[in-house]
Amino acid sequence: MKLETAQLPVNGQRAESAETPPLSELRRLTPAADVVRIRPSSGWRALNLKELWRYRELLWFLALRDIKLRYKQTALGVAWAVLQPLLTMFVFTIIFGLLANVPSDGLPYPLFVLTALLPWQLFAYALTQSSNSLVAEQRLITKVYFPRLLVPLASVISGLADFAVAFALLLGMMAWYAVPLTWALLAVPLLVVFAVATALAIGVWLAALNVQYRDIKYTIPFLTQIWMFATPVGYPSSLVPEAYRPLYGLNPMAGVVEGFRWALLGQGEPPTALVAVSALTVVALLVGGMYYFRRLERVFADVI
Amino acid sequence: MNGLVIRVENLGKQYTLGSSAAYHTLGERLGTLFTPSRREPRTGAADRRFWALRDVSFNVRRGEVVGIIGRNGAGKSTLLKILSRVTEPTEGEADLFGRVGSLLEVGTGFHPELTGRENIFLNGAILGMKRAEIVRKFADIVAFAEVERFIDTAVKYYSSGMYTRLAFAVAAHLEPEILVVDEVLAVGDAEFQRRCLGKMSEVARDGRTILFVSHNMAAVRNLCSRVMLLANGVVGFDGATGAGIDRYCAPPVDAKAKGEPQVLYEASFAGADERHAEIEVTRIELRGPDGKALADMRTWGCMTLRLAYVVRRPVRNAHFGVEVIDHYGRRLLALETRTHMPRHDLGMADGVLDCTIRQLPLAPGTFALGASVFVPDQRVIWAGDQLAQLTVHPDDVFGHGHLPASSHAAVVTPHDWAIPS
Repeated sequence: MKLETAQLPVNGQRAESAETPPLSELRRLTPAADVVRIRPSSGWRALNLKELWRYRELLWFLALRDIKLRYKQTALGVAWAVLQPLLTMFVFTIIFGLLANVPSDGLPYPLFVLTALLPWQLFAYALTQSSNSLVAEQRLITKVYFPRLLVPLASVISGLADFAVAFALLLGMMAWYAVPLTWALLAVPLLVVFAVATALAIGVWLAALNVQYRDIKYTIPFLTQIWMFATPVGYPSSLVPEAYRPLYGLNPMAGVVEGFRWALLGQGEPPTALVAVSALTVVALLVGGMYYFRRLERVFADVI
Repeated sequence: MNGLVIRVENLGKQYTLGSSAAYHTLGERLGTLFTPSRREPRTGAADRRFWALRDVSFNVRRGEVVGIIGRNGAGKSTLLKILSRVTEPTEGEADLFGRVGSLLEVGTGFHPELTGRENIFLNGAILGMKRAEIVRKFADIVAFAEVERFIDTAVKYYSSGMYTRLAFAVAAHLEPEILVVDEVLAVGDAEFQRRCLGKMSEVARDGRTILFVSHNMAAVRNLCSRVMLLANGVVGFDGATGAGIDRYCAPPVDAKAKGEPQVLYEASFAGADERHAEIEVTRIELRGPDGKALADMRTWGCMTLRLAYVVRRPVRNAHFGVEVIDHYGRRLLALETRTHMPRHDLGMADGVLDCTIRQLPLAPGTFALGASVFVPDQRVIWAGDQLAQLTVHPDDVFGHGHLPASSHAAVVTPHDWAIPS
């Protein structure tokens, strides 16, 4: 290799050799995906969903990693995905169903509560994981570039795997109680997406804030606990007085849980009004959260 | 097209020291929800901001292997982080034309619970390889890392050598047009370092562009055609490797006072503290053979090093040594009093020693001077390395009017060339 002595820049000039094409040519000739332009940015930034799509394989690998890690070196393995809702169901049945004698709209209490527990546990898991996701991946964030939105997104996917396993348990229980399956079952995937979207809508805000203010991490268990009581998991929403129904309806998970009970157990009306109202809130929060995240993204590696 | 692949202009990165949460409470932050954390901090915090990089500009052409050297804290890693888009610059701009592969750390994303196979896929994806690409190169990666037998064992059971080999193997099979590497040679044994360098020269020979940060001057000299010296966030030098390394190892010294012996080293304190060594060299001067000032050190020159020392607590059988070290850390000269003054008890009271070198065998170049006080075969009482930078100037030592070449050899010895009859 020829040893060349470059000239030191003098007053901003640089020794350019005659063979270097002009910058505009270079930009034109390099495939668009391969030009990286690094500039300081300020204020709001575009969501850049195209880039998220380009990195979709990484999203899959991160999610797969989380799923594999969940039950590595455990004795019970994937059985935990079933045990968790099952054991919670037992506790709820004993405390609320038997001791407190909470009504369950004519359905057997265990089934009543398990149907609600599935989406609830998915939501709680997704919320907890996504809020803490950035801090948990700080080693990656300080060393490699990829769109940081991938991190909270990937963190919720292992919850879906757990949900799928627990859903099998639920179907088993429904068979046991001889509850028939109807076409309303098709609403379940939509409700799942809605639950995950809600978790992300909050999680993305909290994840971004958590990077700088670690207080957030400590508020999550508290938040999920309170939220669960505000959601008709252990009790039917018919218990809520009429006057408070609209306020109650603002909780997106209320709509999801009611929707699950309707879709699977055929109980009550489809909660379209509830879902429609909270859907608007969720979409607004999610999009706003993503923009806020993108705005804060540029200081993550410095502050984390 | 032998054109630009990296164009950097006036790049700067400013950091705020200390915890920025000290400036705003969460309540304040929520109140001003839409202001990023670059807001003016409260009074008294202006000095908590500093520029890790300032006004950095350079161009890199295709196929160049550029070494980036500098002391710790000079801004090298910050520069690489900005070019890898891990962090954003505060000012300036950079353009990179081509696929960038960043190796800021070996084994990024490796999880100890996953097997070698799973980690290869994960790490490859993190580095930017597509799944199909990883599948295609899988066998090569495993072969390079020499972990075939253990590929399906969890990585936490690997030895550290296997771990680093595997991590590097994945990164080595990245095929970016621009490779950005940060001090990955610092980990690993000699064999590993050799293979890293081998792989990197292969990459260079393929015509790819490499930006290489290292403290290993030998590696930099071998791989790089061009070197950039960063100091305190600014580019101090940008040019040929040899000159750059010399500049790094020997910052220019101020002109010495005429007539006075040059003081090479002076201890910065002279306390009589319990914690300090019993004996310490406090001053080293460079004198000519006549005791007066020496213009400069030359190959085969004659000179005297005068050491002044203090004795805080007398030590029997103490001896002194001076050493000359090159910038690869090799000790070229070790001159000790015990070979010449075995019976003297030098460590009883403050004193002065003269070490006269009759013919300095060093080739022209820059070297580091060290000194030590020790009890032979027992313990070291005090040692200082890098006490001073010595610059040895060329001289017409052979009398033919030509000077010995100053590049790779450290010593010059009397010799002759002739055509045998």
